[in-house]
Amino acid sequence: MRFLIPLAVFAIMVIFLAIGLKLDPREVPSPLIGKPAPTFNLPQVADAAQSLSPADFKGQVALVNVWASWCVSCRQEHPVLLQLARQNVVPIYGLNYKDQREAANGWLTQFGNPYTASAFDADGRVGINWGVYGVPETFVIDKAGLIRHKHTGPVTPEALEKDILPLVRQLQGEP
Amino acid sequence: MMKPWLLGCLLILGTGPTLAVEVRRFDDADKQTRYERLIEELRCLVCQNQSLADSDADLARDLRDEVYGIIQSGQSEEEAIRFLTDRYGDFVLYRPPVKPITILLWLGPILALLGGGLFLWFQARHRNTETDVALSASERQRLEHLRQRLGDKDNA
Repeated sequence: MRFLIPLAVFAIMVIFLAIGLKLDPREVPSPLIGKPAPTFNLPQVADAAQSLSPADFKGQVALVNVWASWCVSCRQEHPVLLQLARQNVVPIYGLNYKDQREAANGWLTQFGNPYTASAFDADGRVGINWGVYGVPETFVIDKAGLIRHKHTGPVTPEALEKDILPLVRQLQGEP
Repeated sequence: MMKPWLLGCLLILGTGPTLAVEVRRFDDADKQTRYERLIEELRCLVCQNQSLADSDADLARDLRDEVYGIIQSGQSEEEAIRFLTDRYGDFVLYRPPVKPITILLWLGPILALLGGGLFLWFQARHRNTETDVALSASERQRLEHLRQRLGDKDNA
C-alpha cells in the first residue's frame, strides 16, 4: 500500500512530461487569429511599379506565405507550395520578408513561383504588424479578410492535409 | 592610486553584455531610462530565453527600433507594450497579466508549497500515531521472552 503513493506521483509526472514532449515551445500562439489581416500597401517583388494590399485578395479565401530567399526552411516547404499552386485550390500570396529584390526574383526563377503575387517588405515592418517572428509562416485568410489560422515553420504535406486544406474548404463553403 | 587588481576587476566588469546592443540616443534622459527598463522586461521571440535588451537577433533589433520610436515620440510604456502584445501576444512579457489561462502559472508555486506542507503535516501526524500501535498477542509474548533473556544476562 505504501509504495502506491510514490508510484502514483511518478505516473502523474510521466504523463505531464509526455505532454510536455509533444508541445513545441517555439510555437507562440498568435493574438491575430479571428482579427482582420493587418493592412499594408507594398510594391510587388516582380514589379516595383505594381502594388499589393490585402484588398487584392478580399472576397476569396487565400493563403499568405511569409518567405525570403535567405530562409533555409522556405526552400524545404517550397515544393509543397508549388504542388498546391498547381492544384488551383486556393491562391497563395507571398510576403517577401527583409529580402533583396534581385535575390528574391532569382530565387523564384530558380525554384519556381507558386505565388499569385508577392509583396516586397524590405524593412520587415509589415512582417512585425503580422506578428512574424520566424520565417516561413503561413496564414489562412477568409473571405471577409479575417486571419483564421497561422502555421509557423515550413508547411509540411501533413500540415497541409490535416489543418490547412480542410479549413480552406470549410471557409470556401461559408458565404 | 588605485590598486592594480581592483582596476583589473573593474575593467572586466565594464565589458558586460550591455555592449552587445546598439546605443540609442533620446532627447531626454527620462525616456532613456524608461526605454532601457522596458526592453529588459520584454522577451525576444527568436531566442526565447533572452530579453529584447540582451538579444542580437535581427527581429530583436527591429522590435527595439519600434519600442524606441514609440518612447521617443512621447508615448507611454503601456502603449509600447500594447504595440507588442497586439502582434505577438502575452508571450513577449516576462510578467504575463493574471488571466484565466495564466492563473495556474501565478498560483502554481503557492499551490505546490501548500501541497508539500500538507503532505509533510500528514506524514508527521501519521508517524506519531504509529508508535502507539498495540502489539499483537504473539508479539507481546516475544517481547516478554526477550526481556526475560536480557534479565537473565543481567543477573548472571
